[in-house]
Amino acid sequence: MAGAVHIPDEAETRAKWGSFAFSPAYKAKADVFIGRYPAGRQQSAVMALLDLAQRQVGEETQTQGWLPVPVIEYVASYLGMPYMRTYEVATFYTMYNLAPVGRFHVQICGTTPCMLRGSDDIIAACKNRGLVKGGTTPDGLFTLNEVECMGNCASAPMVQINDDNYEDLDYDSMTAILSDLAEGKQPKVGTQLPGRHTVEPYGGATTLQAMVDKNHDYRGEY
Amino acid sequence: MLADKDRIFTNLYGYQDFALKAAQKRGDWDKTSALMKLGQDAIIEEVKASGLRGRGGAGFPTGMKWSFMPKAPTPERPNFLVINADESEPGSCKDREIIRHDPHKLIEGALIAGFAMRARAAYIYIRGEYIFEAKVLEQAVAEAYSAGLLGKNAAKSGYDFDVFVHRGAGAYICGEETAMIESLEGKKGQPRLKPPFPAGAGLYGCPTTVNNVESIAVVPTILRRGAAWFKSFGRENNHGTKLFQISGHVEKPCVVEEEMGIPFRELIEKHCGGIRGGWDNLLAVIPGGSSVPLVPAAMMMDVPMDFDGCKAVGSGLGTAAVIVMDKSTDVVRAISRLSYFYKHESCGQCTPCREGTGWMWRVMEKMRTGNAEIGDIDTLYDVTKQVEGHTICALGDAAAWPIQGLIKHFRPEMERRIHEAKGDNMLEAAE
Repeated sequence: MAGAVHIPDEAETRAKWGSFAFSPAYKAKADVFIGRYPAGRQQSAVMALLDLAQRQVGEETQTQGWLPVPVIEYVASYLGMPYMRTYEVATFYTMYNLAPVGRFHVQICGTTPCMLRGSDDIIAACKNRGLVKGGTTPDGLFTLNEVECMGNCASAPMVQINDDNYEDLDYDSMTAILSDLAEGKQPKVGTQLPGRHTVEPYGGATTLQAMVDKNHDYRGEY
Repeated sequence: MLADKDRIFTNLYGYQDFALKAAQKRGDWDKTSALMKLGQDAIIEEVKASGLRGRGGAGFPTGMKWSFMPKAPTPERPNFLVINADESEPGSCKDREIIRHDPHKLIEGALIAGFAMRARAAYIYIRGEYIFEAKVLEQAVAEAYSAGLLGKNAAKSGYDFDVFVHRGAGAYICGEETAMIESLEGKKGQPRLKPPFPAGAGLYGCPTTVNNVESIAVVPTILRRGAAWFKSFGRENNHGTKLFQISGHVEKPCVVEEEMGIPFRELIEKHCGGIRGGWDNLLAVIPGGSSVPLVPAAMMMDVPMDFDGCKAVGSGLGTAAVIVMDKSTDVVRAISRLSYFYKHESCGQCTPCREGTGWMWRVMEKMRTGNAEIGDIDTLYDVTKQVEGHTICALGDAAAWPIQGLIKHFRPEMERRIHEAKGDNMLEAAE
């Protein structure tokens, strides 16, 4: 449930990003993606290339990146696509940021399975640390958004921050994660419940116990 | 309870390594070429005989779907397999576990299924938010190529087959098969009109089958252990094992593989430590992911968790994403939040959905606070009926059904809120 984004002034954006091009490392990745589709179907790689471009912008700005119009134009020409077809893709999918975000993009799942497990508390933890939905903190550190179901429902509530998921959260663990990140520390990713491994029932798996300590081969028991 | 030896996804919880060597030790990629020697049509017949129904929600028989593919594709117009890993239905979190903990089951299944339907390649479309999972999958695919299990003469079968990973970028609608194909072609994910069906004209205009991750990943085990083994689980027309995902107000939410048709109460007691606050505290259950109607506690207790069992109580098994709500739940808010989800995810192509999902959410928010008239409940129901069945894809239906379920089962609660907001006290008036 995010508000409207603030897109920077176009002249300013063009001055800063007008000469954007993939770095050699990103160009190599882009060409691998293009190679996955039949000849003449390179448009299929547009989603991957927009993601790469956003990541490169992120590296250059020490943030999670966004897609200024000249960067979208660059991706369009790289793939020989009309600009408008590329812009259509950039605006359709939610993971492309159309405005700058902070160093940490905090995306809280607020859909019903997380809501039932207390995502309101997670949002409160963010608010009490000065994060505002749809906005970036004045120090440029945190951008907060509420997102739709992230598919971590059996370890809800959860948040995705940059490329990492933090699951089984409560108010205190969320506050601790934000503090760690602000201090430059890497919090433990995945479930925050002590002793839980992934999505087995908390307190110990009810099935497949033989797998816990060794890579068991069940074929001998057929 | 299903015995551990009959579970397909033995590394479901990721206690062990996902990588090729460990997966092979668990039985993956074991004489794959011998399975393929059965022949394409025999594999399809075996999958048909197993009773496997699609695990992505609709439950269409998987073997039958494969049989729609052309038997003699040409190099100019090859067949494609598209694997739907765009798991985004609220409550669903099973494909994630397959991909990050047992990816080789999926990749081996892709080769076998692709071979059976005479496909040139498989594209695995994984949702963009599964960043870690996509990395694991990419790594597993690369391992399979290095070991000669994919590519030219895949797994020494004499068949050439490629598997490519395609990452999405955040759009629930791309889980709809024709929207997924559009998205794979590098467009915005808006569903196509059917016909033509994908088996006739799908990806790049070529014959295409779209299958869910779980449907594909179970295929190698079915072939190894035989259709009769898979069919021995579950009731007629609802066979096999299934990954259940239980979220919400149970003591221990989890993902677990169980026999189809396991009674709801047994599923919760055995694996989830019961309902939070005891069985008397159960309010309602959404048994198959956000798109299916909720079922009140009293009707749900003994439901066999399979396609027909959930249908019999006016709901559906969907992806077997079981969302449990106890009596502390604000049930109107829980459904209203789903209405917001569909409003957010509507692709905007069809007017009834584009306008209807927003309208339904706004009215649901009024219902949440009681700031409405009693007659608005009927109007809301009427609008859900106008959206349902009048859109290209099923997102419109999926937005309508949870609200219809709420009105059907919790109308008194909706009315109570409206009276309360108006300051009426029905109980006093009745006395």
